[in-house]
Amino acid sequence: MAIDKRDIEIKAFADHHVITQPNPLRKVLRRIAEKDLDNLDDPVARAEKALAGLSGEFKAWMAIEADRLSAAHAAILSDGFTEEACEELFRAAHDIKGDAATFGYPSAGAAAESLCRIIEHAPELDQVPSNLIAHHINAIQAIVRERTKLDNVSVAGELSRKLRGVADEYLTHANRDRPEHLEAILAPSLAPAD
Amino acid sequence: MFRIDFNKLRFLVCDDNPHMRRILRTLLHSFGAREVYESEDGATALEMYSHYVPDIVITDWSMPIFDGLELAQMIRQPESKGNPFAPIIMLTGHSEKRRVTVARDAGVTEFLAKPISAKGLYQRILNVVANPRPFIKTKTYFGPDRRRNTSNAYIGPERRIGGEVEVLQQPSLLDKARSSV
Repeated sequence: MAIDKRDIEIKAFADHHVITQPNPLRKVLRRIAEKDLDNLDDPVARAEKALAGLSGEFKAWMAIEADRLSAAHAAILSDGFTEEACEELFRAAHDIKGDAATFGYPSAGAAAESLCRIIEHAPELDQVPSNLIAHHINAIQAIVRERTKLDNVSVAGELSRKLRGVADEYLTHANRDRPEHLEAILAPSLAPAD
Repeated sequence: MFRIDFNKLRFLVCDDNPHMRRILRTLLHSFGAREVYESEDGATALEMYSHYVPDIVITDWSMPIFDGLELAQMIRQPESKGNPFAPIIMLTGHSEKRRVTVARDAGVTEFLAKPISAKGLYQRILNVVANPRPFIKTKTYFGPDRRRNTSNAYIGPERRIGGEVEVLQQPSLLDKARSSV
């Protein structure tokens, strides 16, 4: 919906302007009486149903994401911690952190979050014990590949919790003289719980 | 109680992950949206923003080359020929308090931490449609009013000078990001 700049009102103050305009999206709002709600299709329920309809693809999508992470790690093992390789490792882990719970793999998401924290807060990525990074990636692969074999709630959850504990211990020690990182490491996540 | 006519809204979705784009497209179409444009990086999104003039932008943060934060900053250029006022919903795996603050200061309207849910996305869209905030322009900021709580006690260096304090009764971006989606 186009903005009509003639409708914009600007009030000037000492060090700022306050800019207001009639709500340009008001035309898409419909007021519904409470009594009529039961007769209407719920858009959220409809979207949840559509998302459930996609769920048959989630296992394959998760495998693709996990393989992308492994490939990023393999590039680092082969070529070292180049800026490009580190960025790709972070993005791959970060995507899993964001997507995995939607795909039905919350523990893989938790392990990926732990890996993201290592990449983001380790003072020197090439000084991080190589096993620490490898264990995260192997765990994510195991959770994704062995989902049907593992008692996934307990084993995968325990695995990701242990990894997070070890990673946090390392990061807390490595950042003992970097208060801004320490604060970020110790701050609670805003992401909703599983 | 309000409902949105999604079929009258035009969305721009920017995410480098094709799976997340597919999920977003599915959710928006299920809500009733017909016009959903997609891009996989910030630079393309900016071109599409100028071309399609979307009503609402939904963007990821972390993307190669030109990320969602830079996209928000480019859209929020008060002197631009395009529309600098469009609501921007930042949908991201970043879930740290510091990130929410940085997003807010880039002019992001709403923040939604992944994992995504239909309810969380719907609520953010409803909020930007039904409760638009005035825009504030200072030397260092242009974007939706960042004041969302009733405290008048803030005396920090960025306190605005002049005029009555107008406070919008909305939960802070941080509180909303914390709340269950």
